[in-house]
Amino acid sequence: MSYWFESEHKLPQSRLAIVSYVIVGIVGLLLLGFWKLQVIDADRYTLLAERNRIRTIPIIAPRGKMLDREGRVLVDNYPSFSVLLLRDNPEELERSLATIAEGLSMPLEELQREVEAAGGLPKFYPLIVKPEASQADIAFIESHRADLPLLEMLMVYRRRYFQNGFLAHASGYVGEVSAQQVEASNGRLRPGDIVGKSGLERQYNDVLMGTDGLRRAIVNSVGREVGRLEQTDAIPGKPIELTIDYDLQVMAEQALAGRKGSVVALDPRSGEILAMVSHPAPDSNVFAVRVPSEEWKRLNEDEDRPLLNRAIQAQLAPGSVFKIFMAAAILESKAVPENLTIFCPGYGTFYGRQFRCHTFDKGGHGVVDFHKAVVQSCDIFFYEAGKRLGIDRISYYAYQLGLGRKTGIDLPSEESGLVPSEDWKKRVFKQPWYPGETISVAIGQGATTTTPLQLAMTIGGIASGGVFKQPHLLKTKQNVPDFRFPLTEHTTEIITQAMYGVVNEGGTAAASRLEGIEFCGKTGTSQLISIEGRKRIGGGRRFTDNAWFVGYAPRRNPEIVVAVLVEHGEHGSTAAAPVARDIIKRYYEKKSQRGQQQYTVEYKRFELDPDSVLAKVKPAGKSELRGVETPPGPAVARPGR
Amino acid sequence: MKESAKIRDLDWWLLAIVFALCGISLLQIHSATQNSPLAGMQWRQMTWILLGLVAMLIVSRIDYHTILDQAPLLYLIGLAALVAVLVVGQTRFGAKRWLPVLGAFLQVSELVKLIIIILLARFFSEVRSDQLSLPDLAKAAVLTGLPLVLILLQPDLGTALVLVPVTVVGAFLAGIHWKHAVALLVLAALMLPIGWHVLKPYQKERIETFLRPEEDPRGSGYQILQSKIAVGSGGFWGKGIGRGSQNQGGFVPVRYSDFIMAALAEELGFAGVLVTLLLFMALLLRLVQNAQRANDRAGMFLVMGVAAVLGFHLFVNVAMVIGYMPVTGIPLPLLSYGGSATLFVFLALGLVMNVRERRFVD
Repeated sequence: MSYWFESEHKLPQSRLAIVSYVIVGIVGLLLLGFWKLQVIDADRYTLLAERNRIRTIPIIAPRGKMLDREGRVLVDNYPSFSVLLLRDNPEELERSLATIAEGLSMPLEELQREVEAAGGLPKFYPLIVKPEASQADIAFIESHRADLPLLEMLMVYRRRYFQNGFLAHASGYVGEVSAQQVEASNGRLRPGDIVGKSGLERQYNDVLMGTDGLRRAIVNSVGREVGRLEQTDAIPGKPIELTIDYDLQVMAEQALAGRKGSVVALDPRSGEILAMVSHPAPDSNVFAVRVPSEEWKRLNEDEDRPLLNRAIQAQLAPGSVFKIFMAAAILESKAVPENLTIFCPGYGTFYGRQFRCHTFDKGGHGVVDFHKAVVQSCDIFFYEAGKRLGIDRISYYAYQLGLGRKTGIDLPSEESGLVPSEDWKKRVFKQPWYPGETISVAIGQGATTTTPLQLAMTIGGIASGGVFKQPHLLKTKQNVPDFRFPLTEHTTEIITQAMYGVVNEGGTAAASRLEGIEFCGKTGTSQLISIEGRKRIGGGRRFTDNAWFVGYAPRRNPEIVVAVLVEHGEHGSTAAAPVARDIIKRYYEKKSQRGQQQYTVEYKRFELDPDSVLAKVKPAGKSELRGVETPPGPAVARPGR
Repeated sequence: MKESAKIRDLDWWLLAIVFALCGISLLQIHSATQNSPLAGMQWRQMTWILLGLVAMLIVSRIDYHTILDQAPLLYLIGLAALVAVLVVGQTRFGAKRWLPVLGAFLQVSELVKLIIIILLARFFSEVRSDQLSLPDLAKAAVLTGLPLVLILLQPDLGTALVLVPVTVVGAFLAGIHWKHAVALLVLAALMLPIGWHVLKPYQKERIETFLRPEEDPRGSGYQILQSKIAVGSGGFWGKGIGRGSQNQGGFVPVRYSDFIMAALAEELGFAGVLVTLLLFMALLLRLVQNAQRANDRAGMFLVMGVAAVLGFHLFVNVAMVIGYMPVTGIPLPLLSYGGSATLFVFLALGLVMNVRERRFVD
């Protein structure tokens, strides 16, 4: 290698000097360019810069609809406007806050509080200051575009539920996300987002909630959009198909109308909930926007507790419905002879205390065997049986058959009810169990409590021979779990015979008999206070007995179970049984129509694509759905009353 | 040579200028990204700078003659890498430019710039005449042309064009005859219409936009217009760090990289631009000075190759920011965010240090 030995070969110093001049020239030229822009034309570009504003407006994703088992819309959305306050210019925000508060007729302090609360968010996130803009608000914003460019209207989707609380507890409601939820969401949720707060809205929030999009637009100095930079489309939430049968739900809501209580109808073969009612119910539409605090307070303090989903949260003594569990315990444990026969004079003395039968005033049932005891709901028979079984055996069977624990339904905040036992009393009250308590438990009184859903599931399970499918509301749920407590063929036969007798052999629910349908069931009437106590304070509706009825059809391998609770309904036979009868009747009517291929348009399954659902539902009232008594969508429906 | 002498022989003036520019860069990257998901990017850039410094020191230790000896081998490796990029490269932003190396993605074309500087330094230093003959000129053109075409295929017009000034400056210093120079200029002018047909549609659009930006202010003219608005609205003193409405509002396109000068001009004003450009001028002049003092022609060609690349980057990038040039995607050395580009600058400076350290040998 030789090239560097040529170092006597001189460097071209003059050409290098020329390069230096070129460098100085180029930098000088660039500086001149900057001088022209930044000094000579500075004013012009400053003006352009001020006009130059990028506005970031979210595009709200609509929540998924809820459809009934036949594709009919139960919960959908309607477009509405929210007022957005842009926060990218703090000085201007400060300056115009008072005008904005006045124009939107909201207290200045509230507006300031909201602005402060959003302080931690990036400046380009706008703030929803008024979730539902009125006509006046929209007019105000439109007419002040020039001087109040910070205000913007945002198209949002509001939840639309049926009115009058139809299906309210099952569907639940949505509301603005709480601060804690935002924190727990790992950045998925932002303040102002609408999320499910209760019921199915909450349970399936992740499915129902879409992903909001974003639109970045260039706006001029008066806030008018002059160009669009980019747009990320919103991803709508997915619809969910429920197991609810709209027709049966309507029937259940109507049958319970005006009374406090709950109805649960389910298919014990699959665990699918066909109807779920809890009264009184709030109008979920009230929650769809911000709940006024007075309204919230009123709902929470209401003695009738409208926010309680009685179907899964009312823990009340089951009364005589519990006798079915007693019957199962008698037959399965064999601790009490099956052919036990007693004489009922209307009362009985156990452990030195007198216990009455509900026929006390009529002189008792006379001679009572197992079948008659269930059919006529004789208390004395079950007092005797309870005494012989003992509390531990009773609680064992009640628990194994599904009481005292949650059913696992896909709804938040389910209660478990209670099956008392010696252990339980020791643990909770640090007191021994008194044998007299067993006598009360034997007829579903005392500390025993159940929810309507539990009774529907367990009675359905018992009538199915001991297979208890987990109740659920999502139709597409895969691999529904169940638990089993296999009952002998004999036990199932005897118990279902007895429950058939309750309705069809002049039993306590004889008045609710249905021609041609194997309608079975068990009534229950649970005291809230002892008979003596009621006499002392002189009655009053507050202490009137709760009425229960759990009915099903057909007698073996039932297809539908209905549990009815009417609070202060007085008698299961008169208050609760007819409700179950109406629903089961409707169920069979639908079934026979289907059998005869008498499909109405409603039975045609709507596709799950939300747009096509909308398209098909819209012409509803006119031609297609003519003659169908039930309205197709929440827009026009006012069921329940 | 003693260790202490080596440290003393580093070009401390040059390093001071480089550090000043890096400081401005970190500040502007921080300001441009602070309110975005990219916040904290300046620390990544800092890491690249430190890595670059280490690379620079290593390169400065190996005698540049040893490096020049390996020029043909390096050239072949470079060509192979460019072909590899086209075959298995990672596509990002619509162009195949990245090769996975050591878990990171490196832009091979940055490395090729360095190799071309080395190769041409070797080539021109072997010309034993004050006048560059036509065959030698043609050879130089072919040597540059091969990688240039490969980079064009990625497609990366900007980086491909960077190879041209290395050849031009080299040829100029090697003593190109003025007749040849004029002939080449005429030839280039005649080639323009043909080149136009070879360009990708987006490249054509950029050039059309550059010529008439106001016709399409929301499309691709948007970038240049927004850049000019940012620069112009900065005024003489600027709006202050982190307070430029165009920068912070996201109007300035890729404001932490290609358009970092626009963000700087908005926030630091003409005063800041003046300081920055004077620093760049000092950097380039310092390079020329190092070339003038080189021990041999090979050293001079190496240093001037580096100066040619940096000067070309500076001119094309800054001229683009103020609307004097079309958008080409050429970053501003030392200021723009970018790993490969930063590494390239420091490796190139390593060569310069190398030449400087050996200026008194013999």
